[in-house]
Amino acid sequence: MTRGRVLAIAVAVAAAAIVVTAIVTVAVRRRAAPRQATAGATTAPAVAPAPGRKIKARLYYVSLDGTKLTAVDREVAYGDGTAAQAREIVNAQLAPIAAPLVSAIPPGTTLRALYLNDKGEAYVDLSRDAAMAHTGGTRDELLTIYSIVNALTSNLPAVTSVQILVDGKEVDTLAGHIDLRKPLEKNLAISDP
Amino acid sequence: MRAVLRRTALAFALSLAFLSASGTILGQQPPLTVLSSNARRAIATTTVNEQEYVGLDDLAGMFQLTVREEALGMLAVTYKGKTILLTLDQPLGSVGGRVISLPAPTIRSNRRWLVPVDFIGRALALVYDAKITLRRPSRLVIVGDLRVPRVQMRYDAAGAAGRLTIDATPRAASTITQDGDQLLVKFDADAVDLVNPSAPLAGAAAQGLIQSVRVAEPVTVAFTTGPRFGAFKVSSQVSDTSMRQTIDISPATPSSPALSEPVDAARGESKGLPGLSSLASGGAAAMIRTIAIDPGHGGDDEGARGADGTKEKDVTLAVARKLKAALESKLGVRVLMTRDEDKSVAINDRTAVANNGKADVFISLHANASWRPALSGATISTARFEHQAEQAARSLAPELVPAIGGAARTIEFVPWDVAQIPHLEQSAALARVIEEQLHDRVPLAMTPIDAAPLRVLEPANMPAVLIEMGYLTNASQEKQLAGADFQNTFVQALVDAVMKFRDAMGAR
Repeated sequence: MTRGRVLAIAVAVAAAAIVVTAIVTVAVRRRAAPRQATAGATTAPAVAPAPGRKIKARLYYVSLDGTKLTAVDREVAYGDGTAAQAREIVNAQLAPIAAPLVSAIPPGTTLRALYLNDKGEAYVDLSRDAAMAHTGGTRDELLTIYSIVNALTSNLPAVTSVQILVDGKEVDTLAGHIDLRKPLEKNLAISDP
Repeated sequence: MRAVLRRTALAFALSLAFLSASGTILGQQPPLTVLSSNARRAIATTTVNEQEYVGLDDLAGMFQLTVREEALGMLAVTYKGKTILLTLDQPLGSVGGRVISLPAPTIRSNRRWLVPVDFIGRALALVYDAKITLRRPSRLVIVGDLRVPRVQMRYDAAGAAGRLTIDATPRAASTITQDGDQLLVKFDADAVDLVNPSAPLAGAAAQGLIQSVRVAEPVTVAFTTGPRFGAFKVSSQVSDTSMRQTIDISPATPSSPALSEPVDAARGESKGLPGLSSLASGGAAAMIRTIAIDPGHGGDDEGARGADGTKEKDVTLAVARKLKAALESKLGVRVLMTRDEDKSVAINDRTAVANNGKADVFISLHANASWRPALSGATISTARFEHQAEQAARSLAPELVPAIGGAARTIEFVPWDVAQIPHLEQSAALARVIEEQLHDRVPLAMTPIDAAPLRVLEPANMPAVLIEMGYLTNASQEKQLAGADFQNTFVQALVDAVMKFRDAMGAR
């Protein structure tokens, strides 16, 4: 074996070691990441809740005159833990609603993700329909935003404010008017009662 | 203790002065003046629960109406076979099947039926043969096609001299003459509607050039000159919709030795200048030199859209262009546009145009949309901040920083995102003036003024409002918004509002 071949084998072994180390590190990080992201949010329930269990929650729809939100008490699927319950409430708020109620959520909008931090701020990530299918009115934009903010903050005392994200990203506004760059607090002035 | 008493007395005196100046003493409003081609009559009003009412019997006598109580809590007011049905206990009525809303229900008091003053403009005007216009701020009811220009004044002091600017809208010619201690401006019109006459003249009173102003019946505005009045020079300027007279007033004698008295008067310590001196707070009117207009949306961002395809971005640009031309020609101000073509502009860049251009007022124009197609009317919005942000911004203290040459200077830091906070009160005042000017000219929403976390207003470092001119999702409003008539009316109201706001700031 020449000195050159020995050197080549040594370099190859070292390179392989580096590649293996990198793969192991990334894998470990990936496994750790979901745990960090959901810390304080969902924890696996020790006992699975009974299927079909419901709670009563206050949801918000467009008032008859179109300028405010009307609060309606409805049954919502039970979620174990604040974050899981928050997801169920938002999903119920996003679901289409039968007349005479009118939803303030643009049609087709779905919940991509929801997580909570330890300051009681909820981050609600909506699909891009929330912006693309919006009517474009300032009042409607307020109603869309506060139907979600009020639904979470009214039903879950642990949630103090809500920031809406679109398609996984922080956005300036939903339809060009209302500032969404920071979490918003409950606004009962916009809803009856 | 004595200081506290003195402060309380001063506050009381100032609030009395304010109330009498604005004419809003509750319960005792001056009568409305009904102007027609051959008469000028007064009609008394009554204030109940902070709502101003007029007696149906008075209106019946003046407009040949018959009033009859119907079954089911209805009241029928008939004029030449046309009937207005009023629903008692509710702020509603109908004319020929069309529902009309009133600010308060019809009530009965001392065996008289009382209707809100707005009944005149919203119901009576729909059935009467001649045109009826109610101008609430000036308490005028105009019957028929009379020429009653709104006359607005502005005064700018320049040293011991001053310039009085008088705008008449719609356009009305006038002649100016001097008769003893009276400077008389006579208009070629049927009557004049003198808007907020005293406040703009506080500076002139303080200088001793003009003491007071009144309407000398029926079409002459008379200024009583002050002890320092010397000579005057007039120049005229005519535009499509208004006529401006500029009166340059010079003092009688070199004024340098006698400055102390007017300065005292300017501080509100009366030196025998009745009427105006108590309102005075400073000399020259506050300047509005630059106005930034933001036509909402643009380019790929079409904004709201009506069923017939009218796009918000087009309506806002059309109105903004008209408003720019009108403000430049009528007020002589510099107007900045955040866009003057169909292109997309980031929100921060819009406010940056206003901030970097040192605009004195920022107006963002929009058209609304709703999931409820019946919703209609204009709204004027100001910014609203979350409580914590507002507290934090207000607690920011100016900082002392080193300057070139070893000195130090105080710099006030204005965080971009909350720059609007110090201007919120003035923005609210601007919104109120705009609402007042739009009131009788275009449909307004039920709650026309509100506040919201509006992204484009939050960084604005000047009084700023966002105006939704109407709803594109309402079929009849879509047609209005796309039409020149509505757009021109809206623009004229905004020009008048800016003038009024400027005068009000000048009187502060």
